[in-house]
Amino acid sequence: MSETGVTTNLYDRLGGAAAVDLAVNNFYRKVLVDDRINYFFEGVDMERQAAKQKAFLTFVFGGPNNYTGLDMRKAHTHLVANGLNDSHFDAVVENLGATLRDLGVAEADIAEVAALAETTRNDVLNR
Amino acid sequence: MPTIAFQECTVECAPDETVLDALTRQGLEIPSSCRNGVCQTCLMRATEGKPPRTAQQGLKETLIAQGYFLACMCKPTESLTASLPDEAVVQRVSARVIYREYLNGDILRLRLLPYGAFHYRAGQFLQIRRPDGVIRSYSIASVSEIDSLIELHIRLLPNGSMTTWLHKEVREGDCLEISGASGNCFYLPGAPARNILLVGTGSGLAPLWGIIRSALHEGHQGEIHLYHGSYNVAGLYLESELHALAEHHPQFHYYPCVDEGEGAAHHSGRADKIALAQHKNLSDWQVYLCGHPEMVKSAKRSAFLAGANLTDIYADPFVLSKTP
Ligand SMILES: Cc1cc2nc3c(=O)[nH]c(=O)nc-3n(C[C@H](O)[C@H](O)[C@H](O)COP(=O)(O)OP(=O)(O)OC[C@H]3O[C@@H](n4cnc5c(N)ncnc54)[C@H](O)[C@@H]3O)c2cc1C
Ligand code: HEM
Ligand code: FES
Repeated sequence: MSETGVTTNLYDRLGGAAAVDLAVNNFYRKVLVDDRINYFFEGVDMERQAAKQKAFLTFVFGGPNNYTGLDMRKAHTHLVANGLNDSHFDAVVENLGATLRDLGVAEADIAEVAALAETTRNDVLNR
Repeated sequence: MPTIAFQECTVECAPDETVLDALTRQGLEIPSSCRNGVCQTCLMRATEGKPPRTAQQGLKETLIAQGYFLACMCKPTESLTASLPDEAVVQRVSARVIYREYLNGDILRLRLLPYGAFHYRAGQFLQIRRPDGVIRSYSIASVSEIDSLIELHIRLLPNGSMTTWLHKEVREGDCLEISGASGNCFYLPGAPARNILLVGTGSGLAPLWGIIRSALHEGHQGEIHLYHGSYNVAGLYLESELHALAEHHPQFHYYPCVDEGEGAAHHSGRADKIALAQHKNLSDWQVYLCGHPEMVKSAKRSAFLAGANLTDIYADPFVLSKTP
């Protein structure tokens, strides 16, 4: 809530933790059927992976988190070693947008989410 | 000010302080990681008192029903007695074998009378502890509201340590030490209209048999579809009981499936594949998967992709122990 008490921040506008819970199934489902990126998510326990997807969504929704750029680097280092690049990053952002659109989120908010994801590109890709 | 009782300590929880902060402030060690209600590392269970709903976001309904909560998200409104997950589920009871019977060539039905209170929900599992210390998990096939004895279905494995002992040595009248019950695979009253899909292989039918009888006992109205799979017809069991149940309850459907062999009475193929081929849209369904770990794993993924939410998929892979 801003000082005027009228506008809320992105995370609250999207619906906070409840929105993360709602989005995580749809987002994860999209990722698993997307042949461009699904092999990065194979073989991991689905519940644990879903918990990480929630961490991801909380982050890009602008929600409370303690992740630093360094954490983001470390989380993806082994993926970069396996070929993670800009095209995969773009695919994730695309799936994210599609998920939010399915949930009826406004385009302006989707753009804001994409912009937030964008700030992590260099860290995620370990550049 | 609400207090938190944990192990031997009682800690006061300041306004706006979480259970995690209050306990760690006292030097108590509670596992934690994200401190944001995301990773579930700080999972605890309230054995007394009710944690606020906000501390249970994202947890499975079955865990919520048992009082589980996330310590990092829990700003208690009332005093709680809390424990770490493992500790809360340990409850040792001695139980006498009252009845034993073969359900098919290699599955033994045991009915046990516990000495002392043994609380469980049909579909959860307990541990049998042999006098020499070997411990194995077995799913509970009985329903506490209907049956007075605890029922287990034990499948004999070649050279299996516990199963050989249970099959060859344990007799009616003998006592076993059991502990438990734990696990999230059980029927949840409160959503009687939702559809339920159950897939089990081999003795994976044990928890499902309990869950189905429990659901019907609670008056479940939604469709209930059970796919029980085995390598061949000899591996199926409780067939006539399940057919009879389906005759009495039009909402219940039973599909015996065999990998090998044809026949009008059975579906030919893997139970999970047949189930998922017949139910392509599982959104808003509850799904129970029990038995062979590989089947459980792949069926979980297929059910999820068919639209079931992860929090609505309850799975018990019958993982074998690494230490014999
Ligand atoms: C949640 C849960 C619920 C379960 N519910 C049930 C149930 O309802 N009914 C049921 O029948 N089972 C159930 N199980 C499985 C059960 O817990 C045991 O794992 C199973 O009965 C085997 O125990 P065992 O001691 O007889 O076999 P083990 O001695 O543990 O041996 C298992 C198998 O591995 C082989 N093996 C053992 N040691 C070795 C070795 N060194 N090298 C190669 N192979 C080896 C054995 O030949 C045997 O085939 C469940 C498991 C879990 C986790
Ligand atoms: C859009 C920017 C991205 C953000 C903000 C992000 C964020 C995160 C976060 C917060 C975690 C959890 C870290 C932890 O706590 O362990 C994580 C893990 C993970 N991410 Fe990303 N991520 C991004 C892009 C990607 C991309 C493009 C891929 C691959 C296509 C990817 C694949 C993974 C995988 C596989 C894990 C789990 C790692 C493991 O535990 O093995 N991420 N990510
Ligand atoms: S520490 Fe991650 S959920 Fe509490």
